[in-house]
Formats: sequence, structure tokens, C-alpha cells
Amino acid sequence: MLRIVVGEGSCGIAAGAAKVYNRLESLINDGVLKDCELSVTGCIGMCYLEPIVDVYTDNERITFVKTDEKFAELLAEKGLGSEEVNAYLIPQADVDRLDKQTRIALRNCGNINPEKIEDYIAAGGYEALKKVLSGMSQDDVINVIKVSGLAGRGGAGFPTWFKWNAAKSSPGEEKYLICNADEGDPGAFMDRAVIESDPHNLIEGMLIGAYAIGAKEAVVYVRAEYPLAIIRLTNAIKQAEAKGYLGENIMGSGFSCKMRIKAGAGAFVCGEETALIESLEGQRGMPRLKPPFPAQSGYWHKPSNINNVETFANVPWIMANGGEAFSSMGTEDSKGTKVFALTGKIKKGGLVEIPMGMTLREVIYDIGNGIKDDKEFKAVQMGGPSGGCIPKDLLDTVIDYKKLGATGAIMGSGGMVVMDETTCMVDMARFFLDFTAKESCGKCVPCRLGTKRMLEILTRIVNGEGKEGDIELLEELCLSIKDGSLCGLGQTAPNPVLTTLKYFRHEYEAHIRDKKCPAKQCKSLISYTIIADKCKGCTLCARNCPVEAISGSVKQPHVIDAEKCIKCGKCKDNCKFNAIEIN
Amino acid sequence: MCSCSCDNNIDLSQLEPVLATYADVPGSLITILQKAQDIYGYLPNEALWHIAERTGIKPAKVLGVATFYTQFRFKPVGKHLIMLCRGTACHVNGADGIFEAISDELGIGDGDTTDDGLFSLKNVACLGCCSLSPVMMIDDDTYGQLTPKKAREILSEIREKDQAEV
Repeated sequence: MLRIVVGEGSCGIAAGAAKVYNRLESLINDGVLKDCELSVTGCIGMCYLEPIVDVYTDNERITFVKTDEKFAELLAEKGLGSEEVNAYLIPQADVDRLDKQTRIALRNCGNINPEKIEDYIAAGGYEALKKVLSGMSQDDVINVIKVSGLAGRGGAGFPTWFKWNAAKSSPGEEKYLICNADEGDPGAFMDRAVIESDPHNLIEGMLIGAYAIGAKEAVVYVRAEYPLAIIRLTNAIKQAEAKGYLGENIMGSGFSCKMRIKAGAGAFVCGEETALIESLEGQRGMPRLKPPFPAQSGYWHKPSNINNVETFANVPWIMANGGEAFSSMGTEDSKGTKVFALTGKIKKGGLVEIPMGMTLREVIYDIGNGIKDDKEFKAVQMGGPSGGCIPKDLLDTVIDYKKLGATGAIMGSGGMVVMDETTCMVDMARFFLDFTAKESCGKCVPCRLGTKRMLEILTRIVNGEGKEGDIELLEELCLSIKDGSLCGLGQTAPNPVLTTLKYFRHEYEAHIRDKKCPAKQCKSLISYTIIADKCKGCTLCARNCPVEAISGSVKQPHVIDAEKCIKCGKCKDNCKFNAIEIN
Repeated sequence: MCSCSCDNNIDLSQLEPVLATYADVPGSLITILQKAQDIYGYLPNEALWHIAERTGIKPAKVLGVATFYTQFRFKPVGKHLIMLCRGTACHVNGADGIFEAISDELGIGDGDTTDDGLFSLKNVACLGCCSLSPVMMIDDDTYGQLTPKKAREILSEIREKDQAEV
């Protein structure tokens, strides 16, 4: 009997996993593929190898990558072990890359069927909850978390035990536990992966948190853009209720807790905890003044505790293995592991979970296998719109809340976007300001207007209309926005500009003074020319030019009319002789 | 989904089951708006007034909440909704070029619908499929590792498929 498991996270499905699954299913139904059981699993994080299919024989697990419908047919026709099927085997180097990681939050992702509670239980699931409910006091639980050194994985890195303890100690019978799954950082997707691939792990972590603070109701605030995550979590909640892990008198302990999902409606600021609470109450997601903190007065003005998905995903493992096991990993300042979404100009992108204390270089080169097309590394952006760009000479920075903070970037929720020599850092700063200016809720004037003014200046610079004094004006605005904003969105919005100014000031100066874009990306500052020596006169560029800006006779070097050229780059994309140059 | 483009044809009775469940539950305004959008494909003016009346929430507040969140639309959308990811990873990998290609192919900009009502284009912050960037979602399907050429081909395929069905 073979067990065939198809990786169906959102990324896997986008890469074609559903087609592979359907083909396998029809082959099984038609009796072509015999003695097989077919099921799905979540995302293992190796997105560059999707769609991934695992085949379990009686004694081993064989992983096949970049599969397609043809793979399903070959498996049926030629059988396991055949040369044709083996062509899809996962390369050893990719197995090694996985071995360099330490998986706690993602431990079940890609290994179990997220749609079956039985799979989670077989992997040791709900044992931690059982342990907690059979004799541990609220303080015992909080103490284990304190020993573990677990800090909020959503970005701020605040000690989890402290928040739990504050909510527990707040007077009042009615308390709420909230999970922030409003993963808004454009470039991070670990929360989606956890919910899609291991929803019960989140539920168990939340239940332990709810017990610790004394909450009888838990809410998961999920982004509406994550439909599959919502479906799988809804399903998991129903299963947990049916098994008696959720609801009244859980496992006969006397502890009761119900859980529901609230779909967000798309607002980055709702990642801020007080804005999230406003949104949960059906209001515009605008932050509240702190104090009072949510632990004293949160959802419906009752004591509430909010943690991120990844934070909760670590909790069951910590309760099962002890706080010391978690704190033995990492650095003096930061304990345990962290999940990163490694993307951008990287060869082997995906989700990686590593112990704190690894260097950025190890993650980007040893796990990510370096830069796409072997180009030159320029910077890595961490922490999304609230974070910053870390340059090449700081690649040996250790991953740790304090050390990353010292660079001007932040740990953030774990977005790690790699940029190469062709990425313009001024344009990158403009990109983030465009985002924060749109997402500013408008409550604080410095954030609402300041981000807009910064965006205008940055747009001017990338358009080649930068003026002397623009850099200084940007710096002044950065400080005013930081000082004058109520919430994290405004306080951190200038970070992308501040870090790029710190490490890539010369790029700003080149744009403003020399009217040049060193990365050759900003359209207003570049021009396309044809190198006469290389041009064979094939006419392909002229035929593809949408504005007829290229002229020349057959077999004669062509010329681009700079007046007509709209710099769309189609000529360069189509040239087979590398004869088109950007200046 | 309602395909009409005229507000006068809004059948408010379709909202009844939603309002019966949520109108009196505090904090449910966003949920009601989401369900209304599921019914009509967008939030028609009449529906917003009706929701205000039934929930007792002031119309200004209903509109204030609806306009705050990017999920809500106030114009009908085309048959196929293209959500083009403009997140960081997609930006670094050339989402601007994809936008230009789609925009050129369909002759519409962000938030617009083609004259034949077939496609609507919407820029979104992040679809969370960063390792496949650049990415777009059309209805429920995600398309990754796009190039301008591939994006144009996908649109043509959908258009041809639709024409074949007619």
C-alpha cells in the first residue's frame, strides 16, 4: 500500500498541485494506479520546488518535486523506482537545505494532513493542552513561557509571558484572547502557511494562552485575502469541538473556551493591536491611545491579550518540551527559532525556520542558495514597511532582535526580501512610502500628511526632478512622523527611508545631482541605445517597438529615437544579440 | 452574483437573512458588509442605506467603515476580477511591468472594468504567494512567475474560453 501525499498550500496550488492531485485521483479511480491512498498536506516551505508529492512506502518517505500531470501518469505506468519517475526525485542539495533548519512553529507543515485532526493527534497534538489542563496552574503555564523566553513574533518582540501575566492579573471575569492573523506585511506569508498547513497547532496554542489568562472566548482575526486559510481553520475548529478540545468543560477539566474566526477586510493598520480591536468591534481600524493597554481594557473594553499566529504556534511545543528546551536555542537576547519568508531575487525562496543567532549570510547563501542569476547582492529588506534595508557589508549580522534593530531594520514578522544590483533603493523607499501613505488611517496628522509629502519628494527624485535640500527635508519629515504618531505604523513608516539614506545615500545623490539611477531602473533617468557593433540588423526590435521609435534597414545596425522611446524595454527583452544597452 | 450595473435593480430582500442574523449583534457591521458584497458583488448605495436603517447605525458611519477597508467596492465588477499583487517581492520581481501589460492589453487602469464587462483590474497589497512572484489572482485561481507576455496570454485564454461558452 502506497500513501501518496500532495502538498496543497496556496503556493503549491498556484504552481499546479491541484492538477497533479486530480490526475492522481482519476488514475486511482480508474484502477490504473493500484493499492494507493491519496491525501493532501500543507506547505513545507520549499516553494521553488512546488508542486511537491510525497510517496510513503511501508518504510520510507520519497519526495518528488516540480511534479506535473505527466508525473502521475509515469507513476502509474512505470512504477515507483523507475528511471522516469526518479527523474522527479528531490535533489540531495535541497534535502540538505531543509536539514539546516530547525522547525518548531512549522514542525508539522508539509508533514501532516491539515484537514484531519487525527493526523495532528498522531503527531503528538493536543498532548500539551492535556498536560496543561491536568494540574498546571495559570501561573505555572506563564512561568514555562517566561523560562522559554518566547517573544512576540508579530514584529515588536515583546515578551509573551509579560502580556499573558498582565491580562491574567487584570480584574474581571470576562476576558478575551485574540490571534492576530492579519498578515499585512507585503512579503511575509508564514502566518498563512501555519494556518493552512497546521491549523490545530494554532488552536492548541491559543487554548493554552486562553487558559493562562483566563479567557473563555478566543477570536482569530484573519486576512480576507487568505480564503484557503479560513476554510481550513473553520474545518479545524469544528473538528476540535467534536473531539471535545474546544467548547464546554474541555477534557473534563472544567475549563471552557469557544473560538471563532473574524475575517478582516483589508487594512494594514489592523495589524496594530488596538486598531485590530476597533475592527473586531465593527469600526474603522484606527488605533486607540495607550495606556490603557489591551491587557487592561481591550475588546469591548475587557482585558484582552493579542498574539501573532507564529507566537501561538510555538506554544504547544514549548509546553510539551519545557521552557529550557526552547531557550537553549538562540542568543542571549533572543530565544528559540524564527520563521522567515525568504523572497525577492533569491534562488531558493520559501519559508525557512532557523534558530535565532544564525547570520543573514547563512540564511541567504546557505539556505537560499544565493542570488538569482548570480547577480551581485545589494541589500535585504527586513520587517516590511516598518523595517529597513540591510546592506552587503552587514551580511554577517546575527539574527536577533537587538542586533537587527541596531542596523536600523527590525526583525518584524519575518519578511526577508532580497535585492540585487538591479534594484533601485530610492525606488524601494518610494514603494514603501506609497504603501504606508495609502494605509495610514488618518488619525495622526504627521503620519497622514507626512507620509504623503515624503512620497511626493521620493516620486520627484525617481522622476529625475529631485532638488538640493530634498534629502534634508526627507530626514526632517522622518523625525516628525516618528515623534508625532500614535501607533507603530506611523512610528516606523520612515524606517525604509532612514535606512536607505543611511546605507545608500549615494544613490539618492546620484538621482538628485547627476540625474542618474545607478541600478538603471528609474525610467526617467535612463535611455536605451543600440550597440552598433553587436546589432545584426535582424529588425526584431523595430517590429516589437510599440511606438515605432526604432529605425534601420535589414542587416544594418538599428537606431533608437530617444524622443519617441517610451522606455518600455521590449526591444531589450526581444534582442537575441544583447545589443541593447541601458544608460 | 448580481450582474446588473444599475442600482435601481437592487433586490434588498436578499439581505434579509444576513440582517436577521447579524443586525442586532454588536460589532457585526463589517461582517454584514462582507456578506452584502458577496450577494451583490459590490456595495450598492441602496444596500448601505438599508443596512444603516436596519442596524440603527448612522449612514455616515456605515459608509465610513465601508470606505476604510480596501476589500469593499462601490461599483459593480466585471465577470472576472484580476487581483494583481503589488507586494514587496512582486515589486522587486517586476510587478510594474505586469501591470503595464495587463493595463495595455485590456485598456483599463487600477479599479476599472472593461467595456464588455469581462474583466476588472485591482491592485492588491500582498497575496502571500511571494515565492512565486510576480503573482496575480483571477477569480479563485493564482498565477505565478508572471512575465508581461505570460500575463497577456492568460488573459487571452480566459477571453477565448468565455467566447467559446457563449
